Amino acid sequence: MSPSVAELLLQRLERTPPGPEGGLCSLEAAAALGLDHQTLVGAVKSLQALGEVIEAETRATTRWELSAEGEEVLRDGSPEVRLFRSVPSEGLPQSDAMKLPGAQVGFSKAMANKWLRLDKGAPGGPRIFRAVDAVQDVVQSSLRQVQEGNGSSLSERERTDLKRRKLLLEVTLKSYWIRKGSAFSTAVVRQETDLTPEMIATGSWRKLPFKAYNFSALGLPPTCGHLHPLLKVRSQLRQIFLEMGFTEMPTDNFVESSFWNFDALFQPQQHPARDQHDTFFLQDPAEAPELPANYMARVKKVHSQGGYGSQGYKYEWKVEEARKNLLRTHTTSASARALYHLARQGKFTPVKYFSIDRVFRNESLDATHLAEFHQVEGVVADRGLTLGHLMGTLQQFFTKLGISKLRFKPAYNPYTEPSMEVFSYHEAPP
Amino acid sequence: MPTVGVKRDLLFEALGRSYTDEEFNDLCFEFGLELDEVTSEKDIISKEKGEGKAEGASETVLYKIDVPANRYDLLCLEGLVRGLQVFKERINLPRYEKIIPAKGEGQKMIITEETVKIRPYAVAAVLRNITFTKERYDSFIDLQEKLHQNICRRRALVAIGTHDLDTISGPFTFTAKAPSEIKFKPLNQSQEYTASQIMDLYRTDSHLRHYLHLIENKPRYPVIFDSNGVVLSMPPIINGDHSKISLKTRNVFIECTGTDMTKAKIVLDIIVTMFSEYCEKQFTVEAVEVTYPNGKTHICPELAYRKEKVKPELINKKLGISETPSSLAKLLTRMCLSSHVTGNGNNIEVEIPPTRADVIHACDIVEDAAIAYGYNNIQMVIPKTYTIANQLPLNKLTELLRLDLAAAGFTEALTFALCSTEDIADKLGMDISATNAVHIANPKTAEFQVARTTLLPGLLKTIAANRKMPLPLKLFEISDIVVKDPTKDVGARNYRHLCAIYYNKSPGFEIIHGLLDRVMQLLEVPPNEENGYTIKATEAAIQKLSRDDMEIPCSSTDIGI
Repeated sequence: MSPSVAELLLQRLERTPPGPEGGLCSLEAAAALGLDHQTLVGAVKSLQALGEVIEAETRATTRWELSAEGEEVLRDGSPEVRLFRSVPSEGLPQSDAMKLPGAQVGFSKAMANKWLRLDKGAPGGPRIFRAVDAVQDVVQSSLRQVQEGNGSSLSERERTDLKRRKLLLEVTLKSYWIRKGSAFSTAVVRQETDLTPEMIATGSWRKLPFKAYNFSALGLPPTCGHLHPLLKVRSQLRQIFLEMGFTEMPTDNFVESSFWNFDALFQPQQHPARDQHDTFFLQDPAEAPELPANYMARVKKVHSQGGYGSQGYKYEWKVEEARKNLLRTHTTSASARALYHLARQGKFTPVKYFSIDRVFRNESLDATHLAEFHQVEGVVADRGLTLGHLMGTLQQFFTKLGISKLRFKPAYNPYTEPSMEVFSYHEAPP
Repeated sequence: MPTVGVKRDLLFEALGRSYTDEEFNDLCFEFGLELDEVTSEKDIISKEKGEGKAEGASETVLYKIDVPANRYDLLCLEGLVRGLQVFKERINLPRYEKIIPAKGEGQKMIITEETVKIRPYAVAAVLRNITFTKERYDSFIDLQEKLHQNICRRRALVAIGTHDLDTISGPFTFTAKAPSEIKFKPLNQSQEYTASQIMDLYRTDSHLRHYLHLIENKPRYPVIFDSNGVVLSMPPIINGDHSKISLKTRNVFIECTGTDMTKAKIVLDIIVTMFSEYCEKQFTVEAVEVTYPNGKTHICPELAYRKEKVKPELINKKLGISETPSSLAKLLTRMCLSSHVTGNGNNIEVEIPPTRADVIHACDIVEDAAIAYGYNNIQMVIPKTYTIANQLPLNKLTELLRLDLAAAGFTEALTFALCSTEDIADKLGMDISATNAVHIANPKTAEFQVARTTLLPGLLKTIAANRKMPLPLKLFEISDIVVKDPTKDVGARNYRHLCAIYYNKSPGFEIIHGLLDRVMQLLEVPPNEENGYTIKATEAAIQKLSRDDMEIPCSSTDIGI
């Protein structure tokens, strides 16, 4: 079997003198072995994995190379010299000169070197004349030096200049300085990757070297199913409510009547939220067939005349408006229904209700707003409840979510009074 | 939430002190406002039209303040300042006074019968000896615009007209005439037009064209003119140029016409209370006598002060605080609800001014007490309500099944409940009428025409959007669909559906079959005919994936349980 690259490298390495000076440059070694440098680097890496067989130090060398444009200049001469040579003794109109290839760069360089002069007032337009008799192509000869490997003979300034003109490229090469390691040997030991039943049966596993695990790479991801992130949050919030003693309300109706969605919640019939562009109204079924007659009469009265201590809105309340079906804009309609059933119970019992379900609104979509989203709703009904109780409940709820610092701000809602918005904040780090 | 833009320096000047942005933000937070944005005219134009157009625009700092939707008294700088100053106890709430002129001296407005069919209500008032500056004038115009947008419901319910009283002479007539009979020079125009011409004139005006429809197709248009036939305005479209207000105007005639009397009164009250500050006799408004077609007269503006009695215990109980009656009265007074203790010290009499039309129930008073007390000063307590929580059986089952479906290697999807009619009908080889679906009346796009009757389209679209992902794709969803149901009070109901889908280079019916068996096993439904489930084949349906026009045969199976 022909020796592997790694084995060739080891053999070469063996011949180097001992001591800190003894070693191989990977670039030279690759060249000497007639190999691509990257192949040799591969061999170096695989030898490194075996332990202390070799020592490899990374080194960076910079080299100067000609760019494609630089090659061109080497061949044909620099643009300023080419332009100079194109100008005959009687001069050349500037407009013609500028049409020559490389004339832009060449002209400004030649003028800077004072090789050409420009006569702006010449008859027939501005004219370029030679200012000197002959010139030397310093740029071309500099590039030749680099080509021949004598890039270091050029001054720093010359190199920077050529680099700026994009004729010269600074190339960084990463190479390795390879030395013998403490466990050096010319034999590349084949390492086993897997333990097999045969090895166990024969007992050969006791003597075989095994390749070390690569812990810097990731393992095999398990093929598992996943739950949806938003619904995971829903489950968490549901859990929090249950822990706090809240019972789940039925919300199995995306379709709701305006009565339960708006009127029963004291939202006036001319309110902007009931507009076409905020609410999805239904074509079919367009109207709710059934509304609770007695309750509806009382709702009508409070809207139009007042009642229960309220002045009301004092406008003409229309039942046709209330019958209009829509896709619910909040789950508060479900809460209204739940409280209505509670009220008809006869004997009042304190309750805690919650719901988390989908709601709809007819607005333009953007990066953070969809037409369908979820709403979290909770209701506590008991005697002697205060605003402090509401705040306390919210505090407990959010603490269970890991948010404990809350601030409350007055807000406005047609169906809650007092109303508030809740803000949470983090303390600034000291 | 309406937003009011005020010049910061004017605001601080009126408040008598300056604040840092943060300090002002905190003040707003306390009061229930929100400092939405600190900007300048230059910034606004820059954002809307690009930096080039913003050159030379004013760099004066503007505060954009969000105001609760029911506080019409905070819609202008004057109202904001007054509210904040009373809140901070730097001033007392001014008392707004209606001055009824001596007999024969006051202004009159007569409403004729023709208005009944189109715009029946009108109220009016006069602000005497007012002094305008550029800022006050701009604020006056802005407030009218804000009220038009909010409580007036874009001029449909109420429209406001303000006029230089010295250029016109009463009594004024509010009537409705045929379009051809109305002719006048509209505001800022150079010639006279008839009403029909005015409709055409403003058809392309970005601002006014939205209001034309309110009167356009009616046989008669509303119009107000004075005793010399000079047209004041053609509500709700435009005022006349003749009576327009300038910085030099000293006496202002304000009229509000509309289809809702309550709102017209509120609107008039707001305007006069806000700007009577600049009258020589501050906070006074001169009354106007309005006569209705039935002969009844009405003195405007209303400027009603309503009294309500509230027990201090009620406020303390509802909030969970224990303040003395006098300190509660003080808190309410800070909210522009002047109050004092009455009875034997066990009652509070609250006076609700005309600027607080939003206070319509004792709970509104309780809320204001809470705001003045400071929400964040209230002690948080846990309700002692003892309840055992119950889950809805359907949701409980859903949660259990979700976990097991994920354990079976399927990934949960969450898809839209609304879709196009093709999604639930044509693409599934059915006719839309057979689906018994709920149809939306005003969808913005074709994607929201119906509520889904099956979860399948949503999952198929999800697959279509993720075709390039590593295969196989195994998705499931347990969610609601909607169908019509005449037995329900609204005529429709939700059903909970489970849908699973398998997508790979090779078909895998046995995978879905296996999943179904697993679900049935969990639900303890045996795979037999008598007391369990069976599977029957039905017609194959052709499904087009939404991205390409590929036809994928899916077999649809009926599962009988």
